[in-house]
Amino acid sequence: MQRRDFIQLSSLGIGGLLTAGIPVLGNSVSPEYLIDAAGRGVGIDTAAKKRLADVALNAAKSKGATYTDVRIGRYLQQFMFTRETKVQNIVSAESYGVGIRVLANGCWGFSATSDVTPDAIAKCAETAVAIAKANSKLLTEPVVLAPQKGVGEVVWKTPIKKNAFEIPVQQKIDLLMKVNGEAMKNGATFVTSNLFFVNEQKYFASTDGTYADQDIHRVWPTFTVSAVDRAVGKFKTRDALSSPMGMGYEYLDGLASEKIMALNGLIGYRNSYDMVEDAILAAKQAKEKLTAKTVQPGKYDLVLDPNHLGLTIHESVGHPLELDRVLGYEANYAGTSFATLDKWKTKSFNYGSKLVNIVADKTQPYTLGTVGYDDEGVPAKQWDLIKDGILVNYQAIRDQVAILGEKESNGCCYADNWDSVQFQRMPNVSLKHGTEKRSVTDMIKGVDKGIYIIGRGSYSIDQQRYNFQFGGQLFYEIKNGEIVGMLDDVAYQSNTQEFWNSCAQLCDKDDYRTFGSFFDGKGQPSQVSAVSHGSATTRFNGVNVINTGRKI
Amino acid sequence: MNLKKMAILTKAEAKKIIDKVLSYAKADETSVSLTGGRRGNIRYARNAVSTSGESTNLSLAVTAVFGKKSGTATINEFDDAALEKTVRRAEEIARLAPENSEYMPMLGPQTYLPIDPFSRNTENITPDYRAQAAFDSLDPCRKQNLTAAGYMEDSTGFTAIGNSKELFAYNRETSVEFSVTVRTADGMGSGYATRDVTDTSKLNTREATEIAMQKAQASVGARAIEPGKYTVILEPAALVANTDASLLLAMMGSMDARNAEEGRSFLSKKGGGTRLGEKLMDERVTIYSDPTNPEIPTSPFGGGGGGRFGGGGADGRPQEKITWIEKGVIKNMYYSRYWADKKGVKATPPPANFIMEGGTQSLADMIKSTEKGILVTRFWYIRPVDPQTLLYTGLTRDGTFYIENGQIKFPVKNFRFNESPIIMLNNLEAMGKPVRIGGNLVPPLKIRDFTFTSLSDAV
Repeated sequence: MQRRDFIQLSSLGIGGLLTAGIPVLGNSVSPEYLIDAAGRGVGIDTAAKKRLADVALNAAKSKGATYTDVRIGRYLQQFMFTRETKVQNIVSAESYGVGIRVLANGCWGFSATSDVTPDAIAKCAETAVAIAKANSKLLTEPVVLAPQKGVGEVVWKTPIKKNAFEIPVQQKIDLLMKVNGEAMKNGATFVTSNLFFVNEQKYFASTDGTYADQDIHRVWPTFTVSAVDRAVGKFKTRDALSSPMGMGYEYLDGLASEKIMALNGLIGYRNSYDMVEDAILAAKQAKEKLTAKTVQPGKYDLVLDPNHLGLTIHESVGHPLELDRVLGYEANYAGTSFATLDKWKTKSFNYGSKLVNIVADKTQPYTLGTVGYDDEGVPAKQWDLIKDGILVNYQAIRDQVAILGEKESNGCCYADNWDSVQFQRMPNVSLKHGTEKRSVTDMIKGVDKGIYIIGRGSYSIDQQRYNFQFGGQLFYEIKNGEIVGMLDDVAYQSNTQEFWNSCAQLCDKDDYRTFGSFFDGKGQPSQVSAVSHGSATTRFNGVNVINTGRKI
Repeated sequence: MNLKKMAILTKAEAKKIIDKVLSYAKADETSVSLTGGRRGNIRYARNAVSTSGESTNLSLAVTAVFGKKSGTATINEFDDAALEKTVRRAEEIARLAPENSEYMPMLGPQTYLPIDPFSRNTENITPDYRAQAAFDSLDPCRKQNLTAAGYMEDSTGFTAIGNSKELFAYNRETSVEFSVTVRTADGMGSGYATRDVTDTSKLNTREATEIAMQKAQASVGARAIEPGKYTVILEPAALVANTDASLLLAMMGSMDARNAEEGRSFLSKKGGGTRLGEKLMDERVTIYSDPTNPEIPTSPFGGGGGGRFGGGGADGRPQEKITWIEKGVIKNMYYSRYWADKKGVKATPPPANFIMEGGTQSLADMIKSTEKGILVTRFWYIRPVDPQTLLYTGLTRDGTFYIENGQIKFPVKNFRFNESPIIMLNNLEAMGKPVRIGGNLVPPLKIRDFTFTSLSDAV
């Protein structure tokens, strides 16, 4: 196993979102090396990759494996950290190696090596078979693997316009310095800003006859602006309203055509982000938060922006519908799920109101979860999780779908590195937009007593995904169809089923955009994954809002 | 010497490699970090082992500095050519790096406390040992028709650091962490227990599992009681967690002097400055760190996180005994070397462990002396709500019980809390005997007026 390091940041680093630090895989390399390595595939030509993969498949088979898959992976990462006028850290890293998974005696075995040579790969495959056979002695139920027709030799690439690794480091630093400078000029006391770039170059082969070569790109620009009033001893922060995306550096172009203008000078960003513009707004809003009115607790109609609602979807729909959680495989860590199989079997479990249509999707353009094939060779697809408010399906992989009476995997198997075992991970999970024409302004006009919430804030949900509490970045009070001012100390508490059944109105496709989670953690030892959640602005009626202000 | 097979190097072996690397260095300053070790784990769920693995690693990182520009390169190969190439690569990255105006020159030789947080028993763990530990946990659960899910991870490793200013430090360290969640077959009861040790002979997975089993069985049929302010007994696992944020670690992790002086911490003072020297909590609250404590020994250097990719990694500062909070008064804050230099104070690093002083009562004694209250096994999904007041939210999980007249009366449904550790430590009623949790020593605490804001149906 290769080194996995964690960059620890203070709780003010990245909006206090990460508790374990930011994971970095593999070895440190120079930015110039990354320019050379990015987008080239795993560094060797396709025929050589196929030869190496076949070595693994044949070696495993000769030792008695009934199924084998092999992933030759090169994972590139570039992470940049700045505060005010200073560059704090630039991480450039590469992780390269092979992971081999086999089925023998009805049991899984996995082994990985950083030595990408025929001899080492053959030995690694033999080790995987030996582990499977050893584990099979403790077997209670043999693995049932859903069939998957081989797709032959295929290639898939994230359709990027600008490879982020090829953009000179200086250009990226210049952007972050401009972001920080504009934030300070507009009233920020402090600012940190970051860029995260990931390129996964994965060659997958299996005994089903699939040889899939994939080149996957992800970007995440973000910042945190702080405003401090020392006289009253108060500070407030405002995080970026960007979203991590399955795109190249073109996400940072800030195209006017991708902006969604809302009330109060607020701007939503679809598939293109203007980081400097957002930083200027953030500085002004962080200052405004210092004197914002504290919320009166009670029931409010909530108007939730896609950049906020994405996290609520992630926590209250994405996670509870992971089949491994439902079955109990995550009981000692992330927990189980309220969305049990018996509820699903009734075909009438009202997860939400009739307006709630939630889809799982590995094919949506510009998103983090989109690939050509998953990490067990299943072509990417789209399927319904909640239809007209009714729970209709889960997220399942090849060794789970039989439990649902299905014959085909959903294709949502993923490993975060070549040396980690693939397992069920969340696909993009999105709320469909409304079909009637409706903008945010139209929606707010219909609200008498409400709060308009924008951005990802504090979030917490129980281990079966019933009770949750969410904060946000910006809160605006709505009275009689109009925004009357900014609020502070807002969080809403609800129960998943009650909340989704209070879904009362959806904005239309023009307001639809995605939010994302770049470092979603699951499993022991923990693995990360990246996933997007789309929605249009949505209204929820009569939600319980608490006041989070305290004196110490 | 086949280094790939010898992940645990001795002090002399490590020094030899570091000295060799430094002999190739041409930068103004160069530092080397050499780490290695073995990690093993076993995971089970639904009463069967789901994954098990072991890996060894040996890795070297070189940081070269020209002026205030630094670059780091890493390598897993140890022949002379590879080592020299890595030094050159670090120097090349440094030359092209942007200047860090907060860069501090490397430290010279330091004096370190003699600590050896290492156990042969842990070093000798085998796959069979892990399987037996899992079996000891699974077996009693299977026999009583309960469902176990658990995880044990052991690590044995060393870290050596050295630099061109003749600093050298070496530490070897072992640890084992174990946790188990036991659920009743109908999913209506759930219990949890966790242990962490330096020496694996002190770990008994069956003993821990039996506690989780009792809690699972006793938590069936939980009653809903109104959320509100309650007297609570918080077990150590409810105060410190190593898989989640936690109330005490949140507080200990927020004692950075720079954040306080910049006005964005619970230790910032109205009108400017910090609350150093102010009494912020009950006078029975005393928290100190001590790397030599035999129950929770830690490395004599480092702390503050970071690792090979920077962000405040081990810079060679010695760990020592430091009192952070004494009788409720804030006594010390920690500093980056840059900030300490700027302020002209000692650069105290963040602690690698902490000890909260407690009393002599057992958990059972604390329950006995409680008229009305709630016993909390652990909290879950703990997240910051307001960094200014350290207000956190989260939920109870895996065993929450109502206490009346000194006895556990019945299980209660899980609650969501919204509370600040600072407010909590002001509302202190009683403290029990400290136990090891997440590498720290923490007592169970009885707290009045703990704020539960809603109910959860989760089991």
